[in-house]
Amino acid sequence: MAEHYSSFTPGGTMWLLQRITAAFLVVVLAFHFFLLHFVNHAADITWQGTQMRMQDLGYFLTMVLFLITAAFHGINGVYNALVNQGLSGTPKKVVLAVLTLAGLALVIQGVYVALVMRGMV
Amino acid sequence: MSQSYNRGLIEDFGRWKEFSAGMWAWIFHKFTGWILIGYLFTHIAVLSSAIAAADGQTIVVGGETVNAYTGTLQGLESLFIVRVMEVGLLAVAVFHILNGCRLLMVDLGIGLEAQDKSFYASLVLTGIIVVASVPTFMQGVGL
Ligand code: HEM
Repeated sequence: MAEHYSSFTPGGTMWLLQRITAAFLVVVLAFHFFLLHFVNHAADITWQGTQMRMQDLGYFLTMVLFLITAAFHGINGVYNALVNQGLSGTPKKVVLAVLTLAGLALVIQGVYVALVMRGMV
Repeated sequence: MSQSYNRGLIEDFGRWKEFSAGMWAWIFHKFTGWILIGYLFTHIAVLSSAIAAADGQTIVVGGETVNAYTGTLQGLESLFIVRVMEVGLLAVAVFHILNGCRLLMVDLGIGLEAQDKSFYASLVLTGIIVVASVPTFMQGVGL
């Protein structure tokens, strides 16, 4: 048995990016959870409250960066797991294209929603 | 070639009874990661009700006319099943975070001898954090 399990090739660029985004996500995800479940309860979230929080430039930028990092980390994770399970050749290229498009769509929609919340579009 | 690649047939999921702690940690990390990215898509879809809200659209929740965003979120939060799923999501997220930190340590070469123990610690801590959060997550919801 191996001593160390990973879906990634250790030391590769994707492996490194997965770890850098993970380190960032620990901090932001914890902040996000506390703010929206313990400071403001999820059940009491209102449009006014969201608009107010998004007015703060730092908060807005943090949320956009959070979205981009999580999308990259999640999609990269799924892709590497599939490659690790033996995905190769044309199917590998198709999966990469589909995942990339899905990730881009997620980020574009998310950024658009964030801009709407900030009242910028 | 690093030893990490030579996992042999042990990854045959039919042989789960033979899996080591590290193998379980890896499987849990996979499942939780996939659930989290799935949730992120759902989350942005729900938050997209902000587009209708900014447009001045309203919906009726419990006989009351409210803003489309407020109504969508509070309508979902008023459902018991949604709260249960949120607690489940919390469990999944907390495990992925704690085990993720454990993986980062392993990669840095810290605590290599304690890998099994730190996996069990991740599980126990996840359990404690989730149980402690249940009252907050369930606040004000009727059956
Ligand atoms: C908040 C702190 C987080 C930490 C510390 C973390 C850490 C990690 C690490 C180290 C890996 C690589 C595992 C390996 O080498 O096989 C990983 C994989 C993954 N992560 Fe995260 N992660 C976090 C949050 C998230 C979030 C928010 C998502 C979803 C949007 C996510 C989705 C995934 C997925 C899909 C994988 C691939 C799992 C697989 O191997 O199949 N993670 N995570």
